Amino acid sequence: MPDNAAAARVPAKKPSRVLTGTHFMVGDHACAEGALAAGMDFFGGYPITPSTEIAELIARRLPPLGGRFVQMEDELASIAAIIGASAAGARSFTATSGPGFSLMMENIGLAAMMEVPCVIADVQRASPSTGLPTMVGQSDILQARWGSHGDYGVIAYCPDSPQECFDLTVRAFNDADKYRVPVFILLDEVVGHMAERVVIPPAEEIPIVRRKGPNFPPGERRFLGYAPDDDMVPPMAHAGDGYKVHMTGLTHDEKGYPALTPEIHDKLVNRLVDKIRLHASEIEMHEEIALDDAETVVVSFGCTARSARHAVNEARAEGISCGLLRLITVWPFPERRIRELIERGKVKRFIVPEINLGQLRREIERLTQLPVLRLNHAGGAMLKPDAILELIRS
Amino acid sequence: MSVTEQVIQPAANIHPIDNLLRADRLPHILCPGCGIGTVIHGYAHAIAASGLPEDQHVCVSGIGCSGRAAGYVNVDSYHTTHGRALPFALGIAVHKPELKVTVISGDGDLASIGGNHLIHAARRNVDMTVICINNFNYGMTGGQVGPTTPIGAKGTTAPDGAIEQPFNLPYLAKATGAVFVARWTILHVREFQDAVLRSMNKKGFGFIEVLAPCPTSFGKSNKIGDGLHEVEIYRQRCQIRHGATNLEEFDIDLIDDTKPIVVGNFVDVERKHFLG
Repeated sequence: MPDNAAAARVPAKKPSRVLTGTHFMVGDHACAEGALAAGMDFFGGYPITPSTEIAELIARRLPPLGGRFVQMEDELASIAAIIGASAAGARSFTATSGPGFSLMMENIGLAAMMEVPCVIADVQRASPSTGLPTMVGQSDILQARWGSHGDYGVIAYCPDSPQECFDLTVRAFNDADKYRVPVFILLDEVVGHMAERVVIPPAEEIPIVRRKGPNFPPGERRFLGYAPDDDMVPPMAHAGDGYKVHMTGLTHDEKGYPALTPEIHDKLVNRLVDKIRLHASEIEMHEEIALDDAETVVVSFGCTARSARHAVNEARAEGISCGLLRLITVWPFPERRIRELIERGKVKRFIVPEINLGQLRREIERLTQLPVLRLNHAGGAMLKPDAILELIRS
Repeated sequence: MSVTEQVIQPAANIHPIDNLLRADRLPHILCPGCGIGTVIHGYAHAIAASGLPEDQHVCVSGIGCSGRAAGYVNVDSYHTTHGRALPFALGIAVHKPELKVTVISGDGDLASIGGNHLIHAARRNVDMTVICINNFNYGMTGGQVGPTTPIGAKGTTAPDGAIEQPFNLPYLAKATGAVFVARWTILHVREFQDAVLRSMNKKGFGFIEVLAPCPTSFGKSNKIGDGLHEVEIYRQRCQIRHGATNLEEFDIDLIDDTKPIVVGNFVDVERKHFLG
């Protein structure tokens, strides 16, 4: 009997959703594994460097697990499809880079307005426009916050390692469901393509938080799809659940019906912002190194934080009073912690190295009169530790 | 706790499709003489005739007057962004294949801003029914010409008449892979309902163009008169040609009244569907 026929009789190993164990893995793949571990069951995406490895891994791994992978015709379609799938109950995901992220902006606003949870990984490359497709950038930070028209709340994570790509992607799905918002994972090309150790815990140790639904069976009484609970987040019913929901991008009342008045609009948009703003202390994450006595505070995120960490450690070894505030969520921004540091009076200046021309620096400048030193590069290469160290010494 | 309210129990002698309309959203925003209400009526009848529970039907719309259709039907319904109804509907149809997904939107939404999604959804043969209400112009924004405006017809953005070749939508849908393709008008109420039902009962991508008057915008710019007058044009000039294969010849010319408007169920073929 030919070997391949014999092989066909061997029962295939049951595919595993959670690859528990220790791996050597690139950030893009860790992000994809994080999504799978979080229970993601619908992916709609379009190839784009440097994010494509996410789609490729999911294309291979998701269908045997019973989920659906669809390569859409463009990013406009990708984001629309994941919102639609989520409206039908899926944990849905897409991955892209700057140009695709720009194309998704209109429907990111739809997801915010309809309050449909979804997760979008943006592996940042040097921009604007086509820029340097294969090289690093960190210049989608403000687009992630303000890219779609109007006011709305979002959550954005900035992993600095493949391990965080995994951990934060799991968290992104949980937060998307908990707050019914689009959540971004802002990788950058360096983090997306670097390989490091990634430890994936056993499935039962991975926390899964799912969106809340109606607390009564369909047909019993009318379900008001946009009547928020005390946490400002309304329970969500899905297509096919029997609650006959209506969702629209128009300003809507608690039934979800168009209600085109300034009063309802103001109330609705304030809630979309406040449900994130007032939960910022629960959502916001950062890492601190030696901030308690620091006169110079380096604020950084993503791959640049790796250089900043090295520079801060070197500077402290030289006896310079400095520390690192590493943003893990860039949105919500750790405004309260920065205000605390300023009010304590010890800090004399901030240094903000970033691979863009000063997007994060603006956030800090609006909080303080203290000097905010910049170290910027438009993109294409990492900022080196020596350059940051030189600025700390200055 | 959610704030809830009691469902109002309808009277015993209600119309058969009353339960399929969101009565609490009436009166609707549509103009007198508009054809969209007739399309919604036909869709509701098709749901009732489908034999499937209402819970299994989903309606998705884009933007524009026709995009408001989803807001009036009492099934799970989604009023999305301009042009993106089809990929949104794909997400639902692929995640929950047991649901009967229907997209109701306009010619501008589906064939202009959403044109790329139309050809790809047809190519993939996603299991859904698309009802494209063609009123030959952008009605919501006040009567601009669009991708289906016949050559010579006027609009606010073509005051001397449209000069671009319009899409022949059934031809486009057939060429890009739809397994069910029909064109009707709102005069052909029963034929339209039947076409929707046939498409619903078929696995794969069904495309139904339905011509509808827009007396406020298109009719006024083109001296067609009220909605009834446009329906009268349909009555005089429509020719039914079921199964016709020469769809490329079925352009619509509203100016030259010697040319027929060809309607019918043109395509009904089998092809592997997206999840098949």
